[in-house]
Amino acid sequence: MSTRYTKDHEWVRMEGDVAVVGISKYAADQLGDVVYAELPEVGKSFAQGADMAVVESAKTASDVYAPISGEIVETNAEIASQNWEIINNAPEAGGWFVKLKPSNKAEFDALMDEAAYADYVKGL
Amino acid sequence: MAEAASLKKLPLDPLWRARTSKFGDFAGYDMPLQFEGLIPEHMWTRQHAGLFDVSHMGPCFLSLPHGDHGDCEQRHRKIAALIERLVPGDIQGLKLGQVRYTTLLNEDGGVLDDLMIARSLEPSFGGMLYIVVNAGCKHDDWALMQSALRGQAELRVADNDHSLLALQGPSAEEVAVSVIDPSLAALSFMQFKTLLVPAVGGLRITRSGYTGEDGFEILVHNDHAHALAEALLAHPEVKPIGLGARDSLRLEAGLCLYGHDLDPTTSPIEADLAWIIQKRRREAGDFPGAKRILREYELGPARKRVGIRPNDRAPAREGVEIFKDGKKIGVVTSGGFSPVLNGPISMGYVEAAHAQPGHVVDLMIRGTPRSATIVPLPFVPHRYVRKGKAQ
Repeated sequence: MSTRYTKDHEWVRMEGDVAVVGISKYAADQLGDVVYAELPEVGKSFAQGADMAVVESAKTASDVYAPISGEIVETNAEIASQNWEIINNAPEAGGWFVKLKPSNKAEFDALMDEAAYADYVKGL
Repeated sequence: MAEAASLKKLPLDPLWRARTSKFGDFAGYDMPLQFEGLIPEHMWTRQHAGLFDVSHMGPCFLSLPHGDHGDCEQRHRKIAALIERLVPGDIQGLKLGQVRYTTLLNEDGGVLDDLMIARSLEPSFGGMLYIVVNAGCKHDDWALMQSALRGQAELRVADNDHSLLALQGPSAEEVAVSVIDPSLAALSFMQFKTLLVPAVGGLRITRSGYTGEDGFEILVHNDHAHALAEALLAHPEVKPIGLGARDSLRLEAGLCLYGHDLDPTTSPIEADLAWIIQKRRREAGDFPGAKRILREYELGPARKRVGIRPNDRAPAREGVEIFKDGKKIGVVTSGGFSPVLNGPISMGYVEAAHAQPGHVVDLMIRGTPRSATIVPLPFVPHRYVRKGKAQ
């Protein structure tokens, strides 16, 4: 199953018709211990690149952008119940932020694949 | 990368680079921001001892010319009177070995910088003051001092050939005693001492810091800085701490960061620093901006620096506006996460009517008002070690 990445360090993975979204391990490591996160409401729609969520570490606050356009169908209950460690411990698995129903599948296909993202991060 | 190349490097840059790759620009210096992680470094400093490289700051010495006669006390009063033209603190009244926190003021009573001024413990150093100013303002501060001295005293800056190391935390005394010199146990918080240590040369040491913990700030010549830092780091109670944790430590301690919680529009009274203006200066009213400052001292300022505890988990950082009943009453000037309280904390300025502890206000975070409570400062009690009175 392929995972795609944005230059802003979000990842997206298709599970059937639904896209799972989170922040990359690189982003989580750069942030350090997450001390707060804010998720959008289910039912809200976002255009690609719009502010969708917020994640804060002791160091800084970061916006999380919608990596592709779509409507939120589920948010991660672990994060909603303030179990923020999961974002640091499993950023690209249990630490997912939201699931959304994509409105334009072509946006997903245009994102970086794992190898391209690894190269991109190396250059930072 | 071109930007990083233009940043100034700390003299101990290779020592820190061997321990972390997380560096960032602060006041034009490429500073280590983080080693093990902000929260573990913060907690280590509160429980053991952290070593901070603060060589970006501006240490300097003011001294009278050699031909200037008089006894130790007369010479001290003479040089102190020169610097008192710029600050509201009683510098003439410093006892031998005493350090005072004070502010440089503009003619409107606004704060140009905050700084430490120390008088030597040794009578033979009469007529000499050791001063440390902030990195971001040091060149302006020194120009201002130079003009206030009017050629009657010499300003010697020490930032080019010295490093400044801060050892902070409850284990600082134990470490300083075993690594540097046993006599440091007798130094009291806010006291200053000059030491000659065979392995690392002459040291200027103040028992002071900006974390709320006990600690020492050590000025060491660059010829010996590496050896001293290595010796301190070799002690099992010591870890290197980055600028990130330095900021969260000073915020928990309720201490002002210049350029954020203090600026040229802010008076010491607004900043809740009335205690830095000793009685003699207050009565004489002979410092820049005295008219405004004394008026605010008598009648109370229009706005006041306060501690703020958000009532939920969302941190309120610098720039967040503060509201009461839909009306803007202030702004956050420093804010983040407190590892000790395991929650968000902020400092900011609010209209005086809303400054009393217990008052509930709203913080406008990303367009949403969130409840917060005004609280006394510091957020975490200071643990300074005082050994009886300065002599």
